[in-house]
Amino acid sequence: MSDLRFMNDLVIAGRTFRSRLIVGTGKYPSHSIMRAAHEASGTDMVTVAVRRVDISRQTESLLDYIDTSKIFLLPNTAACYTADDAIRTARLGREAGMSNWVKLEVIGDEKTLFPDNEGLLEATRVLVKEGFIVLPYTNDDPVVCRKLADAGAAAVMPLGAPIGSGLGIQNPNNIRIIKEQATVPVIVDAGVGTASDAAVAMELGADGVLMNTAIAGAQDPVAMARAMKLAVEAGRLAFLAGRIPKKSYATASSPLQGVIGT
Amino acid sequence: MTIKLNGDPHDIPEPLSVSALLEQLEIDARRVAVELNTAVVRKTEYDSSVIKEGDEVEIVNFVGGG
Repeated sequence: MSDLRFMNDLVIAGRTFRSRLIVGTGKYPSHSIMRAAHEASGTDMVTVAVRRVDISRQTESLLDYIDTSKIFLLPNTAACYTADDAIRTARLGREAGMSNWVKLEVIGDEKTLFPDNEGLLEATRVLVKEGFIVLPYTNDDPVVCRKLADAGAAAVMPLGAPIGSGLGIQNPNNIRIIKEQATVPVIVDAGVGTASDAAVAMELGADGVLMNTAIAGAQDPVAMARAMKLAVEAGRLAFLAGRIPKKSYATASSPLQGVIGT
Repeated sequence: MTIKLNGDPHDIPEPLSVSALLEQLEIDARRVAVELNTAVVRKTEYDSSVIKEGDEVEIVNFVGGG
């Protein structure tokens, strides 16, 4: 059970990742800090967004700061509010990145950035049919997660809390149920604020954690990236180790025999 | 003639291929994806796909995101 291979390997759609931590590429103070944070996190998969090229000026390419021989690119469909827009964006991402993987987002509400379940399921079905490896960002709803897996999603990525909120895992019981029922890997995506949040997600049994703001927005993103690496590993190991049951009252750790003065 | 490029009007002197447009704009074709009238243009079709008056072209690349 505690075999280190179990601890380290995340397998999605037959592809093996050494790290269970997936990291974003947005909102870092600079591209070079992002690169250093990726290195410190130990990640081998990062998300990227698909956006119009600025044709009025030459800009530095994000890809100059990602070693794609070591790090797998996962294009997202962030800011898409309809299945059609998400499908279009996924197709563009495939052409730009030359892989058929997509982090599928169909957003239903601007303020919370909560997913639109209906659109998400529809887009998942279409993209799976087109040969995509679909990793949908979804609500922490076990029923929706089951439907997504049934529709052919290669993993499900329930949110821990709203994107960028840093609130931590708001509904641990749902994440646990999702994992118990899941037939595909479960990646907790969004809501992590600090290392203990990532550890909690892993202790609940999640197969991995995806985060962006928690690292990019930290005062020291590189140090936080390392903290997240350690937290994900610690959480995974604790899950595999099997925690003790919770009890209301104390159980002494030291022997009750041989106490002096008795 | 005018096309719509990334949402804005853009003048081109005559119909031209996707390759030629990217060259004019000094964009590295390896790092972008192109849509012509909402359909993705495969990289192998950049030379043969011709952009004409009124066409809508989207040129995208990867940027930071989560």
